[in-house]
Amino acid sequence: MRSVILSAATRLLLPLILLLSLFLLLRGHNEAGGGFVGGLVAAAGFVLHGIAHGIEASRRVLLVEPRILLGTGLLVAVVSGLLPLLSRKPFLTGLWIPGDVAVIGGLGTPMLFDVGVYLVVLGVVTMVVDTLAEE
Amino acid sequence: MFTIPAVVLTGFVASVAAPWLWRRLPRRIATGILVFVPLALFAYFLNLAGPVSVGQSFGVSLPWVPQLGITFSFAIDGLSVLFALLITGIGALVALYASGYLQGDAHAGRFYAYIMLFMGSMLGLVLADNLILLFVFWELTSISSYFLIGYNHERQEARAAALQSLLVTGVGGLILLAGFILLGSVGGSYDVSALLQNGEAVRSSPLYLAVLLLIVIGACTKSAQFPFHFWLPAAMEAPSPVSAYLHSATMVKAGVYLLARISPILGATPEWHYLLSLVGATTMLVGAALAFGQSDLKRILAYTTVSALGMLVLMIGLDTLSSMEAAMVFLVAHALYKGALFLVAGTVDHETGTRDIRRLGGLRRLMPVTALAALLAALSMAGLPPLLGFIGKELLYEAKLQAPATAWILTAAGIGTNVLFVALAARVLTAPFLGSLKETPHKPGEPGLSMLAGPVLLGLLGLLCGLFPYALGKTLIIPAVAATRADQTTLELALWHGFNPVLALSLVTLATGFAVFLLTGSLLRATAFLGRLRSLGPARWYAIGMKALIGFASLCTDVLQNGRLGWYLLTIVLASLLLVGYPLFVLIPEGAGPALTAPAFHELLIAVVILLAALGAILASSRLAAVAALGVVGFGMALLFVFYGAPDLAMTQFAIESLTVILFVLVIHKLPKFSKLSGRGERLRDGIVAAAGGVMMCLLTLIILRQPLDSAVTPFYAANSLLLAQGRNVVNVILVDFRALDTLGEITVLAVAGLGGFALLRLRLTRKERQ
Repeated sequence: MRSVILSAATRLLLPLILLLSLFLLLRGHNEAGGGFVGGLVAAAGFVLHGIAHGIEASRRVLLVEPRILLGTGLLVAVVSGLLPLLSRKPFLTGLWIPGDVAVIGGLGTPMLFDVGVYLVVLGVVTMVVDTLAEE
Repeated sequence: MFTIPAVVLTGFVASVAAPWLWRRLPRRIATGILVFVPLALFAYFLNLAGPVSVGQSFGVSLPWVPQLGITFSFAIDGLSVLFALLITGIGALVALYASGYLQGDAHAGRFYAYIMLFMGSMLGLVLADNLILLFVFWELTSISSYFLIGYNHERQEARAAALQSLLVTGVGGLILLAGFILLGSVGGSYDVSALLQNGEAVRSSPLYLAVLLLIVIGACTKSAQFPFHFWLPAAMEAPSPVSAYLHSATMVKAGVYLLARISPILGATPEWHYLLSLVGATTMLVGAALAFGQSDLKRILAYTTVSALGMLVLMIGLDTLSSMEAAMVFLVAHALYKGALFLVAGTVDHETGTRDIRRLGGLRRLMPVTALAALLAALSMAGLPPLLGFIGKELLYEAKLQAPATAWILTAAGIGTNVLFVALAARVLTAPFLGSLKETPHKPGEPGLSMLAGPVLLGLLGLLCGLFPYALGKTLIIPAVAATRADQTTLELALWHGFNPVLALSLVTLATGFAVFLLTGSLLRATAFLGRLRSLGPARWYAIGMKALIGFASLCTDVLQNGRLGWYLLTIVLASLLLVGYPLFVLIPEGAGPALTAPAFHELLIAVVILLAALGAILASSRLAAVAALGVVGFGMALLFVFYGAPDLAMTQFAIESLTVILFVLVIHKLPKFSKLSGRGERLRDGIVAAAGGVMMCLLTLIILRQPLDSAVTPFYAANSLLLAQGRNVVNVILVDFRALDTLGEITVLAVAGLGGFALLRLRLTRKERQ
């Protein structure tokens, strides 16, 4: 049951949804948003694409296996926690680069940690949905 | 400064390298390296023995968890040198022996990994100066013992024995940890050297008895004291070199070591004296008596080891100068002769294919060198001059005669045990080696040099130490005794003490022991009825306890995890009702918080919509309708979040609701037909529980709102979010900065749950494909 309207709309919507998810992720530290909801929104985008074009197509758009996203996410989060150890501070201490950056506000290890959360959430949801759809 | 930690680390490094060495290098070179490692450590400690014996001490302390008083500290004194020499020396011989014993075994590299792991842990145990560090190594020896007993992992008996020993020593280890923590809090430090200064305060503390009991129970499980002795004979499933090394010479003496180490702190009280004397004397008698009824060579040796450990505990319990001296000399004598006998038993087993003394005989002609080693060891075990065992036994008698209380009872028990030792030593020696050759599964012959070196060297050492006891006493025994006592020892070891009561006791023991040996057959027949008592022993209680534990576990699983989702929900809601409801109505006092304001019209509207949707979900006649109704409930909640200033929550809720619907769409056509599966009664019950749960949550919220709001948490986060974490969104700052560790845990759980679901679904898919 392919719908032409849905697939055409998705083609336009997916980039917008992903942009929104990145926006949510990056502004999260100062405004409503964050890695968790950002990851959910991105996952929703890919799932929508999957419904419109089939799982195979949506996997091609995702470029990497969901499992790899998941592992990378955890790795990024742990690395962001380990970085402060280099400057002899406890695990997961927030370190910031001085100065302001547009939209985000600042760059620091908590930001990186949030990116990890984003990747894990995206990975888990797409993995579960993919497997369910395959069945 | 880092020498001692490096020495301890060596064993662990060798453990990691062993399988690799075994695979990559020719066998001879790999064996050479693995024998060289303990040998080099042996040389290191031998070199230290000189300075230590003139009173020098070595120590190092590195911070580990300074907030809890846990340090990475080691100390070397006479007691640790004595043990370290046994560990490394016998370790080298056993490593050599194993290369012959395990010839052709594909997993020998693994064996060496376990043995080296054990050696490193045991060295750490006797060198550690911090109780917590000592405990870590204590547990590591239990674990390596588990691996080694279960080395022949395809044998069911080996696995069961390994698990049994792990459970007994593991539970004992936990009890010991409790004792250590209590001791540390009473004595003000976990460092043994600091506690030694503080012994008086510990002994006069009201918690003294608790500390004593916990630590003694821990030590007794490790050193196989009655009634925890049963794991040791079962551990004979391990390869013989392991029995020689762990289960007679070193690991089982860890409890003895610990008791000797802490005797200046906890000892010299009536409680210490009576508790350890009772346990030790009982173990010594029970062990020797049980050994008498055995016909498996290794089991005879195992039960006599239990008995010998009992003697050592008894000696430490007496806590006099002469008893400590006796303990240290007997410890060395026992390690030498029992190590040799276990290796001989291994050789006999390896060459003939059986360890049953009724099926063995006449091996002296085919294996003369092994027989010679067995002769030396057995004579030492029987306590004949001029072997070290004789000196050890003399000192044991002397200590018992001088015991502060109940000297006669203890001496009598000692005579009884030693008589049995003489008879058993004679049996262990004569049964396999004398008489006529018998038919055995393999054709026996003298083994290679690797399997001869260990037993012969250990046997000869027993002879040499017996002939020249003064040197042994001066370099090892006196420093070891000095480490456990404040009063100076003037011990001078000698073979000949002149005509005295002790010598008379020795002669009586030998004569009676030989008579018992000659009458073994008829004595066994006469005491056959005692075999029935075995079923009342602690091994049976262990079996009953294990069965009850497993039965209870499967009962819980059957009831709580029966696979019905409705039942899970019922359990969860009922449990929360009880656990939250009780304190809610009984413990929380009436509070007076801010008055509740009446809801605005739009809020009321959302509430009504949520309620109607919930009702719809209950009454829906199709699955799709029920899911849609639940979706309305979720979106209504999200709207409420929006109105009450929680945009983050609202956004997440919206996303989750949408994804749930999508997931549902994916699986809906695979679900069974939507129908009512439960009867009227069940639905009524579920309805009542659900309503009670809802009412409770509502009341909980109301009660919380009526409490005066004095939380310091909210203002802290509000004030510090921007200041410390450079973020204005407090929710996000908490998630990724203040409580990032929690979040890291949560995403890990999420990832694991995702992978679990993935794996389960995949499993179904591959099964389907196969069909």
